[in-house]
Amino acid sequence: MDNLTLIALASIVTAGLTMALGSIGPALGEARAVATALSSLAQQPDASATITRTLFVGLAMIESMAIYCFVVSMILVFANPFWNHVITQAAAR
Amino acid sequence: MRLGPDDVVLWQYGFLKLNATVVFTWFLMLVMTVGARVATRTLSTDLERSRWQNLLEMLVTAIGKQIEDVGLRQPAKYLGFLGTLFLFVATANLCTVIPGYEPPTASLSTTAALALCVFVAVPFYGIEDQGVGGYLESYLKPTVIMLPFNVISELSRTLALAVRLFGNMMSGTMIIAILLTIAPFLFPIVMTVLGLLTGMVQAYIFSILAAVYIAAATRSRKSASEPVPGT
Repeated sequence: MDNLTLIALASIVTAGLTMALGSIGPALGEARAVATALSSLAQQPDASATITRTLFVGLAMIESMAIYCFVVSMILVFANPFWNHVITQAAAR
Repeated sequence: MRLGPDDVVLWQYGFLKLNATVVFTWFLMLVMTVGARVATRTLSTDLERSRWQNLLEMLVTAIGKQIEDVGLRQPAKYLGFLGTLFLFVATANLCTVIPGYEPPTASLSTTAALALCVFVAVPFYGIEDQGVGGYLESYLKPTVIMLPFNVISELSRTLALAVRLFGNMMSGTMIIAILLTIAPFLFPIVMTVLGLLTGMVQAYIFSILAAVYIAAATRSRKSASEPVPGT
């Protein structure tokens, strides 16, 4: 296999792995956060405004981990710097 | 495949580029400025009000209340900055219902600029509230050992602020684009509705996080002025 194929292979596999592994953690975290928020909402409906606001902010914080993974995998698939480097080298030759 | 409105170059002269991000940002600025100007042209204090005045009053009151809930005592002082952030991001995300429009928040340069505004505003308000020494001292809390971590957190949360908004908006448009090729009719509509919800939530979160950071930078004085037990 030449360099280009290797880079493509590594990028695609890594992008898939990034999404797969990177979404497990945030999914578990968000599930726990929502479950806890729901039970506290059921116990204290009066504090729903505060709980909901904190929940949304917390969810955004947790979800940003998954978003980072998504951005990394998007860069690997659509804007890969290594791929572009090899392409420009091959074009210069 | 393009990752955002940055890649749509409408006009180019040398290194000067006019891409879709800039154009849509100008469009939003125009709409919001003219809209606000027209709506506030006939303000009245009696019971008879125009509906636009009602809308704006509702918005301003709600944003002020949210800022106060976060822990900032004088919401009027921060309303200009935080309200502008919220209104700009919310309008940018909500305008995705217009066909042919691409949200400028789906470009990393826009979100990085917004995050840099927050990055500058936090020390600004902190220094204004408690002086240069007092603000710099807040980096040494709770101990001196925490100094590098406080500095790193300042930088990393700015990066997180930018990438979070960018990632959410970019993923929204990208998922719609991918779904258009797989299941062309129904699913993209559902995902567009979901994208509108995500956009509003992200606008809310962006401004709330900015408010939380400012509150953290201005809060230290309050706790320091109270007598600390045991010391």
